[in-house]
Amino acid sequence: MEVTLRPGRWSSRLARMAVASTLLAAYPAAAQGTFITVSSTTSTEQSGLFRHILPEFTKATGIEARVVAMGTGQALDMGRRGDADVVFVHDQVAEEKFVAEGFGVKRFEVMYNDFVIVGPKADPAKARGKDVLAGLKAIAAARAPFVSRADKSGTHAAELRYWKAAGIDLANDKGPWYRETGSGMGPTLNTASAMNAYALADRGTWLSFRNLGDLEIVVEGDQRLFNQYGVMLVNPARHAYVKREAGQKFVDWVISPAGQAAIAAYAINGEQLFFPNAKAGG
Amino acid sequence: MLEIFASLGLALGLIGGADPTLLGIVVLSIELSLVAAVAGAAIGLPLGALIAVGRFPGRRSLIVLLNALLGLPSVVVGLVVYLLLSRAGPLGTLGILFTPAAIVVAQTLLVAPIVAALARQTAEDAWKDYEEQLTSLGVSRLRAVPTILWDARFSLLTVVLAGFGRAASEVGAVMIVGGNIDGVTRVMTTAIALETSKGDLPLALALGLVLIAVVLAVNAGAYAIREWSARHHG
Repeated sequence: MEVTLRPGRWSSRLARMAVASTLLAAYPAAAQGTFITVSSTTSTEQSGLFRHILPEFTKATGIEARVVAMGTGQALDMGRRGDADVVFVHDQVAEEKFVAEGFGVKRFEVMYNDFVIVGPKADPAKARGKDVLAGLKAIAAARAPFVSRADKSGTHAAELRYWKAAGIDLANDKGPWYRETGSGMGPTLNTASAMNAYALADRGTWLSFRNLGDLEIVVEGDQRLFNQYGVMLVNPARHAYVKREAGQKFVDWVISPAGQAAIAAYAINGEQLFFPNAKAGG
Repeated sequence: MLEIFASLGLALGLIGGADPTLLGIVVLSIELSLVAAVAGAAIGLPLGALIAVGRFPGRRSLIVLLNALLGLPSVVVGLVVYLLLSRAGPLGTLGILFTPAAIVVAQTLLVAPIVAALARQTAEDAWKDYEEQLTSLGVSRLRAVPTILWDARFSLLTVVLAGFGRAASEVGAVMIVGGNIDGVTRVMTTAIALETSKGDLPLALALGLVLIAVVLAVNAGAYAIREWSARHHG
C-alpha cells in the first residue's frame, strides 16, 4: 500500500511548487518603483547612448526608464498598441503621422546624428565621396552588392528615400546585387561584412560595431544624411494605462539643458555620436 | 578557429571575473527557466499521465497533436503571448508585458507540451507494468495517475530537465515578450543575440559558453540528486 500513500505527498508538493512558482513569477513586476517603458530604436540602444544618459535621468527624477529597442516602425507600433509610455525614434514622416493619428501627444525634436554608407575598402563601385546620391548611383550602376535593412526601420525608410532621390527605381532595378535582410542594423552590418557589401548605417551603430571585416566608411558628410530623432508621449487619452506624468517628465528631461548636455557628452573613442538640437522651450 | 579559442578564454574570464551585470543576467536566466520548468511540469506531467492511462474519444488525435507541439515555433508562441499581454490585448490589464513574468508565461507555454508529450510516453510504459496490479486493487484510472507519476519519477526528472533546457535556450519568444530590457528582462540568450548584432562575436560566443556551462551544472546537479535518492529510496 506504500505505493498509494506516496503519491499524495507528491501531488501536494506539486501544488505547493505551483503556488511558489506563481509567486516567484509575480514578484519582479511588483517589487519595482516608478518606471516607464520607452520604445526606441536599436541605434540609440546599441550605440550605448541610453546606458550613458538614463542613469542621469533616474538620478534627476527617481524614475526608472526601461528601453525596448527595435526598428522605428515597430517602436511606433508599440506606442499604437499602448505598450510604451514614450516613443523615441527617428523617422520624421512616420512620427508626424503617429501624432496626427492621435497616438502621440506632441513630437519634440531631440537630437540628430548622421548616416554613412559603408563598403569594402577597395570600393569596387567607385562610390567614395561626399554625395550620397552619387554614391548610390555608382553602386547601382556597378551592380555591387548592397545590403538593405528592409525592416521598416527609420534607417530603412531613409535608405528608400535616398534611392528614390537618386532616380533609381528599386522595383525595377533591384536584382541579386540588392539583398534585403529584414533585420536590425547590427545583423545587417554582420551580413555586409561577411559579403563585403555596401550598406547604409547610422554612425552610432557603426562606431560601436566590432565585426568590421574589410568594411569602412565610403560616403559621409552629406547634409542629406542627417538623421533627426524625435520624442513623444503616447496619448493617455488613447490608452488609459500610459504613465502620463512620469512619461512627460522623460520628454521634458531629454529636451532640457541637462538632458541635452548628457546627450552631447556621449562619445565613443572621442567621437561625439549624437548632436542635441531641441528647440529651447519645446 | 582563432576566434573560438579567443571566446573560450573570454568565457573563462567572464566566469572567473564574476562580473555583477553578467551574474545578474545568469541568475535571472536560471530563475525564470526553473520557474517555467516547474510550472510546465505542473501542467505537463499530470496531462501526459492522464492521456497515457485515460481512454476517451479523440485520445489518438490528442497524442498526435501533443507530439506535433514538440515542434512549436517559439516565435509564434512569443507573438501570441505578446498579443495577449499587450495593453490592447485581452490580458492587457495585467500589465506584465516586458516584465520577467511575461517571459515565464511564454517559456511555460513552450515547456508544457514537451513535458506532456515525453511524460505521456514514460507514463504509458509504466502503466503497462502496473495496469493489472492497480486494477486488481480496484484503483481507478484517474486515481492511478499520481501513482504512476511517482513510480516513474526518476525518468520524469529527465523530462523536466528537457523542459528546463528548452526554457533556458529560448530566444525568439523571450525577445518579443521580454523586450531584452537592460537589467530587467535581459537573459543569457537575448544578451547573446544583442552582442551578435553589435558584431562582438567573441563576446557573444563567450556568453554562449557560459550558458552551456550553466545548463551543464543544472543537469549535473539533477543527475546527482537522482543518483542519491535512487540509492536511498530504491
